[in-house]
Amino acid sequence: MAALTSVGEAPLAAPAKRPRGMQAGRRRRLNAFRYVVFTLFGLFFLLPLLALLRFSLEGSTLGTWSIAAWKQIASYQGPPPLLSAVEITLELAVLTSVVTLVLLVPTMIWIRLRVQWVSRAFEFLCLLPLTIPAIVLVVGLAPIYNRIRHYELSALMLFWAYVILALPYAYRALAAGLNAIDVKTLSEAARSLGARWFTVMFRVIAPNMWQAILNALLLSAALALGEFTIAYTLLYTNLQVEMYSISRNTPNASVLFSTSLAALVFAFVLLMVISYAGRRRRRGMR
Amino acid sequence: MEGLSRRYGAVVALDGLDLTVQPGELVALLGPSGCGKTTTLRLLAGLEDADAGTITVGGADVTRLPASRRDMGMVFQAYSLFPHMTVRQNVAFGLRLRRVSAAQRDRRAVEMLELVDLVSQADRYPHQISGGQQQRVALARALAIEPQVLLLDEPLSALDAKVRAQLRDQIRRIQLEVGITTLFVTHDQEEALAISDRVGVMQNGRLEQLAPPTDVYSRPATAFVAEFVGLTNRLPGTVSGSAVTVRGRDLPLVDVTTPPGPVTALVRPEAVTLAPDSSGGSGPLTGTVIASTFLGATSRVTVDLGDMTIMAQLSTADATEHPAGSRVTLTIRPDPVLVSADAPVESEA
Repeated sequence: MAALTSVGEAPLAAPAKRPRGMQAGRRRRLNAFRYVVFTLFGLFFLLPLLALLRFSLEGSTLGTWSIAAWKQIASYQGPPPLLSAVEITLELAVLTSVVTLVLLVPTMIWIRLRVQWVSRAFEFLCLLPLTIPAIVLVVGLAPIYNRIRHYELSALMLFWAYVILALPYAYRALAAGLNAIDVKTLSEAARSLGARWFTVMFRVIAPNMWQAILNALLLSAALALGEFTIAYTLLYTNLQVEMYSISRNTPNASVLFSTSLAALVFAFVLLMVISYAGRRRRRGMR
Repeated sequence: MEGLSRRYGAVVALDGLDLTVQPGELVALLGPSGCGKTTTLRLLAGLEDADAGTITVGGADVTRLPASRRDMGMVFQAYSLFPHMTVRQNVAFGLRLRRVSAAQRDRRAVEMLELVDLVSQADRYPHQISGGQQQRVALARALAIEPQVLLLDEPLSALDAKVRAQLRDQIRRIQLEVGITTLFVTHDQEEALAISDRVGVMQNGRLEQLAPPTDVYSRPATAFVAEFVGLTNRLPGTVSGSAVTVRGRDLPLVDVTTPPGPVTALVRPEAVTLAPDSSGGSGPLTGTVIASTFLGATSRVTVDLGDMTIMAQLSTADATEHPAGSRVTLTIRPDPVLVSADAPVESEA
């Protein structure tokens, strides 16, 4: 009903442009804030690690330096040998990551495309392990692993427990990836061009979740690399259990610190390598 | 499509729709949100299953075929290019699924990109091109597989007005050049009227009218079509014989079998002209201009007749001769008018 006229109405005055100086100042303050926060949090995480390093290099007399604690790790013969524990842990990390992704990626894509009503129940199932302490999980798993040990299978059988532990973290990473893309439109576009469901899932949806899949892989691998409770309680030896054995079997207290730092650095470097490789591949795709 | 029906729970999205599209024809489905036009398209594409009815393409019943086997190209409202593929790879995707050789795939992709004037963007990713370009690539991708039918689900609604107009004309040019049977869904009347061979106006899951754009606009079959397509003045009148008397003027009826009695006449604003009222009279078609809306080449002038308001659509040059507050006399062109049994709303604009 109302006509678009200018009678009796004065247009609102446009807001004045901010002077450049104010914007530059604001940007400088924001950058300074970022550096301060980054430095504070960096110190929060870095200082304990530096202390760990210093104590691992402590000699027999207080205030002296010695690499004896590190030599002890290198010279440890077992049983089992350190290299064997490293090998098992790496295999567990790979197995856990792969099985987690093989289980979750197609399932989550399928649920998103075809059976969305199941998504809440599925989310609940995946997040359930977060509420169960590792030691309680062990109590439940012990009868199963006793049976497995009867067949003399290796510590690689731990991967089932690790997959369960990794579910919540991998689920969240993959769910974030699915939420970031228009799954419905992409799948309908692919189907209209002649793609069947398998093609839609693995040649259209999954390639666009590459970052999420990498994140899920990293989280699953990190969990497997750092897991101690289940392996120790079920009497298997992985890297963390081996490090613990080394520290227990020597009177040199510094070995405790060197083994902790060694395990941490090992996991950190491995994850950085995987992450770097994943980002390089992504940049190549772009 | 014959007797097509689809329900979502208690909501009837399509109610026994019958629609035939001729080979090479572009039919636009127009209607308000929830009228069933997108549902029609999705049933035709196979993205949803019909509760009843049949869909036949080129004589073959495709009702139960999955979407991947219907041989139809579709362009979506949302940007649907695959982000991890280049423009060229997107266009060639359907051909790759059909195991076309790499050389042929590339040749066809370039051909389609030339059709939409985007060869220079062939090696870019979707995030590196504009929205309008993305929709053109989507069109090239849909046409690359040489489908029997092209389906367009509001492909222009995410674009700004200028790009929308350009792309609309381009779509029509390409459709005529390729000669492909096309179903175009839109809620924008201008789009539907500008490019289609026939327009189907839908309401509540049914087709109200299916006719060429000029007929839909000038000879609306129902009151809904008259009011949905373009603007309409709803004026009280009385039917007598083959004419309706509106404000003392006799206007011919579209439907001469309308029974006599009071009705609401639906009169287009462009059928109303204005002249200065120099006599100072107070006749039934004399009033005061209360508003003038500038629309570019034309303007819409609203006149208060005392007991109601009426709109006239004039050239801007003519409209400036009747500023707000001036007294005018209206003339209604004697075009055939549609009437409705509904009572007019008190003030219409």
